[in-house]
Amino acid sequence: MIEILETGPLTTVQDLGRPGFAALGVSPSGAADRAALRLANRLVGNPESAAGLEITLGGLVARFTEPATLALTGATGPVALGGRQAFLNGPLRARAGDRLVVGPPAGGLRTYLAVRGGIDVPPVLGSRSTDVLAGLGPDPLAAGARLPIGRPTGEPGMVDQAPVPPLPDEIVLRVLPGPRDDWFTAPARRRFGTVTYTVSPQSNRIGLRFDGPVLDRVDGDAELPSEGMVRGAVQVPPDGRPVLFLADHPVTGGYPVIGVVEPADLDLAAQARPGHPVSFRWVRP
Amino acid sequence: MRVMRYGREAVLVELADLGEVMGLHRTVSDAPPPGVRELVPAARTLLVSYDPGRTSFDALAGALAGTDAGAVAPGEGRLVELPAVYDGPDLAEVAELTGLSAEEVVRRHAAAGYVVAFCGFAPGVAYLPGGDPALRVPRRSTPRTAVPAGALGLADGYTGVYPRPSPGGWQLLGHTDAPLWDVDRDPPALLTPGTRVRFVPA
Repeated sequence: MIEILETGPLTTVQDLGRPGFAALGVSPSGAADRAALRLANRLVGNPESAAGLEITLGGLVARFTEPATLALTGATGPVALGGRQAFLNGPLRARAGDRLVVGPPAGGLRTYLAVRGGIDVPPVLGSRSTDVLAGLGPDPLAAGARLPIGRPTGEPGMVDQAPVPPLPDEIVLRVLPGPRDDWFTAPARRRFGTVTYTVSPQSNRIGLRFDGPVLDRVDGDAELPSEGMVRGAVQVPPDGRPVLFLADHPVTGGYPVIGVVEPADLDLAAQARPGHPVSFRWVRP
Repeated sequence: MRVMRYGREAVLVELADLGEVMGLHRTVSDAPPPGVRELVPAARTLLVSYDPGRTSFDALAGALAGTDAGAVAPGEGRLVELPAVYDGPDLAEVAELTGLSAEEVVRRHAAAGYVVAFCGFAPGVAYLPGGDPALRVPRRSTPRTAVPAGALGLADGYTGVYPRPSPGGWQLLGHTDAPLWDVDRDPPALLTPGTRVRFVPA
């Protein structure tokens, strides 16, 4: 069992989500930085799809009531286990009674905790992920929560330390044009692919909002009937400032999508905290 | 039919009208081309997401272009009869907007047959187009911050059914106590795209 003593701004249970229900209005959800959760699971010998914790801006204090093998990945900051400094991106051993303290990250936004055996809360529609928009899955964690640890299924991890590149000072996201790039003027499309935006504080698991130049439409009065949205879609509301949809995005939306960020770049986007410089680069299909 | 690229893992098919969307959605969900992951029908489009390891934009666009998007014939699909209590706070306003009596609004709403076109906005929220053309009313000018669970609303030619409390700008006609959303049921939504619906005044 893991006892949660403090959670920081937002700590949720996440796995790789619940694909397959979009037609019923349910987003896939799951870890915002999927690569980081997958790595944490591999380090402790779990299937990559096991549930762990997504810790936003640190602040987690937890106590293990039983011995456990764990790993932390993603945003890097000060970490202590059993009163001793600990490291990210490698397996750690907790004794019964050990406290884990995940401090505020120096770089990045979301730290992932995997425990050998996985976090064994009841799945909802096949996933243990918290979808903050749809209100599905376990509630965001609060002090006092007790999380069962599941039975290990795979072989123990063989890696002691995984090499992980640091988060770049400026995040560059590659974008494929469309499906509604023709709703924007040629100068707006060019601007979108050249300028640097900063991540707005209004960002969350639903999407990244940006401060920066406004993107003008060809016809400011035109209305788009709602259409399906995907993770990675860059939607532009009437205020002209792009929104990049992340894990808990709405299934449909009524504003034009100028382009879609490459799937491989979305994990990086999920680590951009408010104020981080982000630019977009057009790529060809 | 226009098939547009939507990132590396999806295409967006734009169709002439909602009838074509419903027809294509039904055809593709009955016999999905290889590699298709999810289908999201909407008012004028069908989003088709796919596994890029199993198919490609060109292969999928070709398969979809060869698919008949003919309208769905009435009378197909599962029928759900929804018990409806017509006690909504906007019934009088809908009566005024349409020039009908409240009793006539209820009679006409319950007399029509509906088919769920798509879900969206929140889990299990169903959009039912059509019905009596006299009942076409706009959204409320000020949306409500909380629409109660089970609410039945009218707006822009659709009846909307809300499983859970949420904000919304629909004109509320009444509510249903039917179990619209249950995560332990398969599928969790009672009203899925293509389901036929009748409202039975309770």
